[in-house]
Amino acid sequence: MTDADEAHATGVTPMANQIAGFFVSQGDHAAAVAGTADHIKAFWAPVMRRELLALVDAGQAEGLSDVAREAILRLR
Amino acid sequence: MSLIQETDFGAPAVRSEKTVTLTIDGVQVTVPEGTSLMRAAKELGTTIPKLCATDSVAAFGSCRLCLVEIEGRAGTPASCTTPVAEGMVVSTQTPKLAKLRRGVMELYISDHPLDCLTCAANGDCELQDMAGAVGLREVRYGYDGANHLTAAKDASNPYFTYDASKCIVCSRCVRACEEVQGTFALTIAGRGFGSRVSPGQSESFMTSECVSCGACVQACPTATLTETRVIEIGQPEHSAVTTCAYCGVGCAFKAEMRGEELVRMVPWKAGKANRGHSCVKGRFAWGYATHRERVTEPMIRASIHDPWKVVSWDEAIAHTASEFKRIQGQYGRDSVGGITSSRCTNEETYLVQKLVRTAFGNHNVDTCARVCHSPTGYGLKTTFGASAGTQDFDSVEETDVMVVIGANPTDAHPVFASRMKKRLRQGARLIVIDPRRIDLVRSARVQADHHLALRPGTNVAVLTAMAHVIVTEGLADEAYVRERCDLQAYAHWAEFVSLPQHGPEATEAVTGVPAAELRAAARLYATGGNGSIYYGLGVTEHSQGSTTVMAIANLAMVTGNIGRPGVGVNPLRGQNNVQGACDMGSFPHEFSGYRHVSDDETRQLFEEAWGVALGDEPGLRIPNMLDEAVAGHFKGLYVQGEDILQSDPNTRHVAAGLAAMECVVVQDLFLNETANYAHVFLPGSTFLEKDGTFTNAERRIQRVRKVMRPRNGYADWEVTQMLSNALGYPMAYDHPSQIMDEIARLTPSFAGVSFEKLDALGSIQWPCNAAAPEGTPVMHIDHFVRGKGQFILTEYVPTEEKVGPRYPLLLTTGRILSQYNVGAQTRRTENSRWHAEDVLEIHPHDAEERGVRDGDWVRLKSRSGETALRAEITDRVAPGVVYTTFHHPLTQANVITTDHSDWATNCPEYKVTAVQVSRGNGPAEWQVEYTAQARKSRRIEAAE
Ligand code: SF4
Ligand code: SF4
Ligand code: SF4
Ligand code: FES
Repeated sequence: MTDADEAHATGVTPMANQIAGFFVSQGDHAAAVAGTADHIKAFWAPVMRRELLALVDAGQAEGLSDVAREAILRLR
Repeated sequence: MSLIQETDFGAPAVRSEKTVTLTIDGVQVTVPEGTSLMRAAKELGTTIPKLCATDSVAAFGSCRLCLVEIEGRAGTPASCTTPVAEGMVVSTQTPKLAKLRRGVMELYISDHPLDCLTCAANGDCELQDMAGAVGLREVRYGYDGANHLTAAKDASNPYFTYDASKCIVCSRCVRACEEVQGTFALTIAGRGFGSRVSPGQSESFMTSECVSCGACVQACPTATLTETRVIEIGQPEHSAVTTCAYCGVGCAFKAEMRGEELVRMVPWKAGKANRGHSCVKGRFAWGYATHRERVTEPMIRASIHDPWKVVSWDEAIAHTASEFKRIQGQYGRDSVGGITSSRCTNEETYLVQKLVRTAFGNHNVDTCARVCHSPTGYGLKTTFGASAGTQDFDSVEETDVMVVIGANPTDAHPVFASRMKKRLRQGARLIVIDPRRIDLVRSARVQADHHLALRPGTNVAVLTAMAHVIVTEGLADEAYVRERCDLQAYAHWAEFVSLPQHGPEATEAVTGVPAAELRAAARLYATGGNGSIYYGLGVTEHSQGSTTVMAIANLAMVTGNIGRPGVGVNPLRGQNNVQGACDMGSFPHEFSGYRHVSDDETRQLFEEAWGVALGDEPGLRIPNMLDEAVAGHFKGLYVQGEDILQSDPNTRHVAAGLAAMECVVVQDLFLNETANYAHVFLPGSTFLEKDGTFTNAERRIQRVRKVMRPRNGYADWEVTQMLSNALGYPMAYDHPSQIMDEIARLTPSFAGVSFEKLDALGSIQWPCNAAAPEGTPVMHIDHFVRGKGQFILTEYVPTEEKVGPRYPLLLTTGRILSQYNVGAQTRRTENSRWHAEDVLEIHPHDAEERGVRDGDWVRLKSRSGETALRAEITDRVAPGVVYTTFHHPLTQANVITTDHSDWATNCPEYKVTAVQVSRGNGPAEWQVEYTAQARKSRRIEAAE
């Protein structure tokens, strides 16, 4: 496996962080969580959300930012 | 059907509010001031003999055939160069003029090989026509004097031949190359009788600067410059107007035919995107349609390790349907999906997404726009409210300052580049923002005012710094912002960009752009008059692609450069129908017209029309489909007209995803690279073999017209329809026009579009509806589609892809003029003579450090993989940056690219990959293996 393939196995975590990163730059914490949640709801297939939630539940969403975590929990 | 004949007015149209009335041969005519007499006469239907004039170039007045007499004026002025004047009384036919004209023609003819009967231009030669028109009956000088009859031919260009013996030195070709194409490849060498047309300094066409656009061939009145096809097979007898299937410019062509054989493609003057011009791809590179490697029979196989077995259409469709049903039964409804093609027609794309949403019963549909312009859709929808460029191409004629960001129009959008260059020669100013010194920075009679050679991946920092300069130096158009934009968002944004850390001095260390140069560029854009921004994949294919698009939109709003001709934000789309594919609902989260699947009203509309229940949550995007495949949940994929293995990032990951599926269906002209992993191959049809529409980068919907029967038996939309019926969702369209009618019924921005209207108007720019029955050339005129323009904060976030000791260089990718995308079509034409392989551009300094010489094999290695190609040493790229194209499967530049992608849309980050380059000694092991495997995978079982 190359480095990139490994990153892939847990692709949803960095993706959620990237999204949260953008919304954090837009305003306060509450708005960032809302923006991230809305974005994930609008663009992610349900299966991807379930994957991230499963990682969170299993304590395996290493490196998931606070905003991304709050956002995905809101979409449960 | 007959051959479409276009009128040649002899001189370009003049735009003027003021008109002039005059009398020509006793008939009154009123024309815009500045029009030539020749054009005015032609408007009346009066043809004045001419040779050196044609309406694609300014008149020159050299042949003296177009003489006229004007009351009250001495002499016989040339009508092509004489402008009209109020009250003028002109005679075009008098005994005196007839005598003079015959004298002129005698001279021409005495130096012309009179082999008309065997000449390729017989029947299409203006010299012949003029001899007839002036009533030439004898040539008093005889044919024995000095002549050029033995002058050599230049057949170096694969598509056209230069036969100097037939040249009348009218210089139409030279002017076309300068004025229409902007390349300045031709000159008239020598003087007087000895003068001849010459590419460059007496070079051949092939070795000269010539880019083979065909403008000179088009302009030549004789057989001197003639398409080699016409020489080989003769003159065409009928034609139909159609649209180029290569790039997003969308040039209109006349497909000129003999029966079902295509003789040549000739740019159509009335085409509103190209205005009669073309590039080497659309004009000449269509030989792939009949290439011997084209597969015209359906094939199936149980495993990707087996050879292919040719089967009937019925068997192929039945097999595919049963496989998809089996997979959905076993793994669930969401285990299959489809990919629509930006190369196919709107109607075909619409049908594939409809098939996925109805017959498959999910929203797992995506399109290759995912990997190119998806951030454009997101960024422009967020800021302006519409996922498309704001202008028409004509708008460039009114622009004063062009900003070109991450685009290389002379290679990727050549015909529009010619229009840009024309405007630049007229005095418009130019700012180029690109890591590489693209041709536009410095080319014949064009010089950029500023070239901001930024480090790849720092677009957002550069554009935010430009906004900083505009706001802090008081250059914002506050009146515009007050009237048109959301003021609270603006205030917030203005405060953000004004922070010192966003100033050019602060960001210089990151971007590599000198602060003073950036300040000057920002001032020019803000204050130089009509400012327009043109951008390409160098903007979108980044982890901050969507943010960059929004940064561009911010700049346009803050300077008031949106909502009228000459300004705007203009994405230059890659593939011919990438705009259309997006418009047609190819994304997993939205229906046609960019309406989200969660929107109840829209969903209900489609549910009623299609008679199925539709989900309210988005489906999988291409990268997610591949991830799910690797994870074992996604098993079946229908790919129409795309080659995701070659065009998508991180080839190995794509291969792993495809290999994990149980039924991959590829519908294409050739066994492309993706087909190496396919179980079903459904042969596709070319744009010459079907009816439909394409939508170009300026939202212009244009007709594609069938000029021959599909060699594979069916147009692509018919194949999708058969598959849908076999899956149990009935479709019964007899003609693509019915599909467009359905699109119009269900899509507000297409409400007024129909084939009938397209035939009547030639083309339509959406939105086209009751408010804009003939379409919308410029958007956001009085207000933004979303209401108030929305400023968005654009914080620069460095990409995760960082250089370090192991990978110290940044690789960026692009394309070249003669090749198109993954090259499946252009590689199968003579265009490969210009670009036989992908090469790696590297700065002399970096090359020297590595002991690499020009032409050496080098190894290119990234965190994802490794490939090998030849090096080209050039200072076009900055130290620390290397560049290559991705047209050849052997190079597989995407073996190198990584999984990083745009935060909002997952558009891959093609434009930044950290790499190392070292000397190599030939293709990498992987390439050798891949070639062997591809060859194995393409085996077809011998017929029994
Ligand atoms: S083909 Fe185009 S570039 Fe080449 S000489 Fe003719 S006009 Fe110029
Ligand atoms: S090549 Fe054709 S267009 Fe050019 S000068 Fe000769 S005759 Fe005129
Ligand atoms: S490839 Fe593009 S520029 Fe060239 S002819 Fe086709 S549409 Fe026009
Ligand atoms: S056409 Fe006017 S001088 Fe040649």
